[in-house]
Amino acid sequence: MSIWEFANPARFTRIVSRFLPWISGAAALCLSIGLIWGFFYTPDDFRQGSTVKIIYIHVPAAFIAINAWFMMFVTSLIWLIRRHHVSALAARAAAPIGAVMTLVALLTGAIWGQPMWGTWWEWDPRLTSFLILFVFYLGYIALWQAVDEPDTAADLTSILCLVGSVFALLSRYAVLIWNQGLHQGASLSMDAEENVADVFYQPLLFSIAGFVLLFVALVLLRTRTEIRARRLRALMLRQVA
Amino acid sequence: MSPARALLVREIQLAVRAGGGAGLGLAFFLIVVLLAPLGIGPDQVLLAQVAPGLLWIAALLACLLSLDRLFQADHEDGTLDILALSPLPLEGIVAIKALAHWLTTGLPLVLAAPVLALTLNLPDAAQPMLVLGLLLGTPALSAIGAIGAAITVGLRRGGLLLSLLVLPLYVPTLIFGAQIASRAADGLKAGASLPFLAGTSLLVLAAGPFVAAAALRVNLR
Repeated sequence: MSIWEFANPARFTRIVSRFLPWISGAAALCLSIGLIWGFFYTPDDFRQGSTVKIIYIHVPAAFIAINAWFMMFVTSLIWLIRRHHVSALAARAAAPIGAVMTLVALLTGAIWGQPMWGTWWEWDPRLTSFLILFVFYLGYIALWQAVDEPDTAADLTSILCLVGSVFALLSRYAVLIWNQGLHQGASLSMDAEENVADVFYQPLLFSIAGFVLLFVALVLLRTRTEIRARRLRALMLRQVA
Repeated sequence: MSPARALLVREIQLAVRAGGGAGLGLAFFLIVVLLAPLGIGPDQVLLAQVAPGLLWIAALLACLLSLDRLFQADHEDGTLDILALSPLPLEGIVAIKALAHWLTTGLPLVLAAPVLALTLNLPDAAQPMLVLGLLLGTPALSAIGAIGAAITVGLRRGGLLLSLLVLPLYVPTLIFGAQIASRAADGLKAGASLPFLAGTSLLVLAAGPFVAAAALRVNLR
């Protein structure tokens, strides 16, 4: 069985309907464990106090914000190459979620930054590139809404997503030339030395897993909704004709 | 006359002659630079500091506002469909149109920038780097703009959407270009910004026409 069989909208809807409750349940479980453990059962940081706990929302949200765009890049590419409608619809479904996650990362960062850096906002490379990413999401969503014909909209937004990916990456490195930053290094990486301490790390993993599962559940749900909406519209058009 | 040359001449004539609006971009550039001291205040030191960024932002906006005439009018009256059937590949048509756009919008800005920079008290040492940066960067603005204009050509209310799509794509060009000029104003060498700006422009000039042509094909379907 090949993965392309899921590109059949009917099969996709059927499989999503079977697995969505499980994915949602797993998301709720992981989020509860991660957030409750993180918020109530980890010690305060000796310098940052209890404000450090905002990383249980901030880091996963930022992680999803970037990877949602990457997912849109891949699904847009699949749409352009293989013309599977489910792929284009999944990209469309992911965009508002990615935009909200970008906003959450920016807002939680501002709330954390006020007591720690002494400012709500700083034109730091990471912050700035997240703001740029947010604008890319807005443009992408606006283009979907502006074009009436669904396939044209899917084509144009896919092109925009590919171009945007190149420029988002370019902007990410351009801002490094423009300003040095305040933001600390990566909280997560394969290189264990710069990771956060273990007490904070384990609940963070649960929290990230929870956010990823939540993202998957929301994308599947929104894609299924979109497929059904299209089918409904097709049926109504057939009745009129 | 070869088709390519004929198209280029047509585009430039349309832009320069009555109603084409080639001078409008320049006038817009002028008025933004005039408004800035009125808003910021006449402090010479402050103006010298913001001059590179201000000139670059004014150039971006002037380019952006003239993008709608790249494909819109030709799409509305059907010329674009005829052009798409011509012996020239669509990619070539896009490249020629972008070139004409740069010759009538970008190049005048490059030439006007040093004069306006004087009024903003930009140090003399920064003048050559400002011009060099604009010379390297404005072709990229036209080529990136062609992508945005091609994507939004079929839309009825494309104007605001076009700026939302295109301005984020201008970010790297703006950063590198303004950096070159402001580093020169501080007496520093251009550093990494200069090759990055040239590289961005080359990338966009090479790939932009293909992307824009793909978007046009979707819209001409």
